[in-house]
Amino acid sequence: MAILVDQTTRLLCQGMTGWAGTYHTNRMIQYGTNVVAGVTPGKGGRSHLDVPVFDRLAEAMAATGANASAVFVPPDRCGSAIIEAIEAEMPLVVVVTERIPVLDMVRVREALAGSRTRLVGPNSQGVLTPGVCQIGVMATDRARPGSIGVMSRSASLTSEIVSQLTAAGLGQSTTVGIGGDAVHGIGFVECLDMFFADPRTDAVVLIGEIGGNEEEEAARYLKAVGTKKPVVALIAGRHAPPQRRMGHAGTLTAQAGADADGKLEQLRRAGVVIAPSAHLVGVTMREVVAKRAA
Amino acid sequence: MELHEFQAKSLLSRYAIASPKGQVALTPDEAELAARDCGSRALFVKAQVQAGDRAQAGGVIRAASAAETRLAAAQLLGRKLVTAQTGRRGHTIKRVLVETGVAAVREFYVAMRIDALAGGLELLAGTGGTGIEARAAALPSAIESVPFGLAGERHPGDTMKLCERIGLAGDTADKFRAVVDSIHRAFVDNDASLIEINPLALTGDGEFVALDAKLVLDDNALFRHPDLAALRDDDVVDEIELEAQRHQINFVQMDGDIGVVVNGAGLGLATLDMLRAAGGSPANFMDIRTTAKSLDIAHGIGLVLDKPHIKVLLVNVFGGGMQPCDTIIEGLGIAFRRKGRVLPVVLRVTGNNEQLARLRLANFNFPKIECSDMWQAVERAVAIARGRT
Repeated sequence: MAILVDQTTRLLCQGMTGWAGTYHTNRMIQYGTNVVAGVTPGKGGRSHLDVPVFDRLAEAMAATGANASAVFVPPDRCGSAIIEAIEAEMPLVVVVTERIPVLDMVRVREALAGSRTRLVGPNSQGVLTPGVCQIGVMATDRARPGSIGVMSRSASLTSEIVSQLTAAGLGQSTTVGIGGDAVHGIGFVECLDMFFADPRTDAVVLIGEIGGNEEEEAARYLKAVGTKKPVVALIAGRHAPPQRRMGHAGTLTAQAGADADGKLEQLRRAGVVIAPSAHLVGVTMREVVAKRAA
Repeated sequence: MELHEFQAKSLLSRYAIASPKGQVALTPDEAELAARDCGSRALFVKAQVQAGDRAQAGGVIRAASAAETRLAAAQLLGRKLVTAQTGRRGHTIKRVLVETGVAAVREFYVAMRIDALAGGLELLAGTGGTGIEARAAALPSAIESVPFGLAGERHPGDTMKLCERIGLAGDTADKFRAVVDSIHRAFVDNDASLIEINPLALTGDGEFVALDAKLVLDDNALFRHPDLAALRDDDVVDEIELEAQRHQINFVQMDGDIGVVVNGAGLGLATLDMLRAAGGSPANFMDIRTTAKSLDIAHGIGLVLDKPHIKVLLVNVFGGGMQPCDTIIEGLGIAFRRKGRVLPVVLRVTGNNEQLARLRLANFNFPKIECSDMWQAVERAVAIARGRT
């Protein structure tokens, strides 16, 4: 099982023939992901990395039965590429591209309303079901199959936490990067919903940070439905200087109610176990899982 | 990227949003001439710095004549203005805006911004003007919110209802809605991420005038607006932070003695948290973007090495697919070679291509302390900074 991606995923890459597209598509194929098509306007009819290339996404879907798309299109054209996928009713679209203009993402969200597409990202490291399917650019060598769901806003911190989980003897069902941008596709709430419904997932790690409302929304959701499975959270940025933008576009500490302590308090009240430090997420989860088994 | 008040008002005037008659001045002479042009006995001389709370900090001076305007300008120009929003270093006043005073019958707060969660735009409006931040903090309902999309209101009629709630009717309500419509068009046309008019004055003649305006543009969309990109005032941004930006590195200056090199925003924030928890004091925040090449990284690390008071460099890297470890270590080596500085370096380098990175590292002759986990690295760096090696 796992969430979002599994053995049945047939991946198509938008912008596959570019430098980044080529490099990462190759990595995904090496990992075992079933890459069935590439889309680059003007390059249809060719083959790249032994994968057929199409001009239009709808054409590629019809010809290959692709059911997920990875988007590596540069920021100035990325919004249009995502909308092309939404209009073709691509079930899953994962966007790695960073620095997309925010109003382009507003346009994407308007196209997404009422559609059949589930969007992950942009500015996401992707989705990984260890040992089965990789869509994205994350480090994969420390990830192991298992039963911990991981969701985050930040790529390198996710790699670190995945590495800690594996070291603690805990594999991962699926890791999802919801992306670092303010306006994005699925959030922590949708991920929690899917992890709670997934029989392969026993517990969930939430890796949050200052800025935005994702953690507050997750807390509200958990209060409403209850922590159906244990959730461990880390919020980075407690000691970031106030009033400064740090890193991610969504990370504006001047935004009201978006500071680390406020987020932690709301999550704690919703029944989430808070990891005391970034280096202790793996051991915190091990304790939580052990307590539950006892 | 934020515009100065005079630039924001000029841009908004293209959308038929009125502001008081005025002119920007770089010298007291120019300010005096501007005052004569205004032809009024009620004048305001306003420091053009990109920070709120200017008036409270003494950045706005009233003048009753051209001569007084000249004095006020002389008093402001070249001075450092420190407001609640500038930080301790403050901003140097390089320009003043000389404006005719406008008598307001009522004042309003109007703004448009991105609503990240809804994935759209949001109109914010309320009565009153100056001091809205404090009032809204005390009473969130002081500011009303109306959802907007790219084409306009999400629910037609919302702005009209908002007008009723804030006590506007008839012709005045129509004019208010015209201002809102202009703000929305200016927002979408120019890829803004915030437009704020505070206060928006309603005059005795029943006209709306923007007494102050703030406009923030989306940096990621500036490629579509070269004319606006050219307005960037590099003086208002920290020189070193700007230099880092040019090399694909997010950098924030701090005042500690531990230089920090990290890839990724989340890991960067987590590293600061751990340093503080271990009793250390970081000299900077660093997030090497995945698009940075080794020469960019060398440049960014060079900026840290330029800080004379740092005692140790902490490198916390988790290499991913976009940016393997060896790229960052290569940048580190180049930076040390260029700067010729001798400084202990505590490294935690793991992830993609970590073996290759370790091979590279063996060629560098700066003092290295390698750690296998990040907490150990943080503790070592703090110990070195405190002279406990």
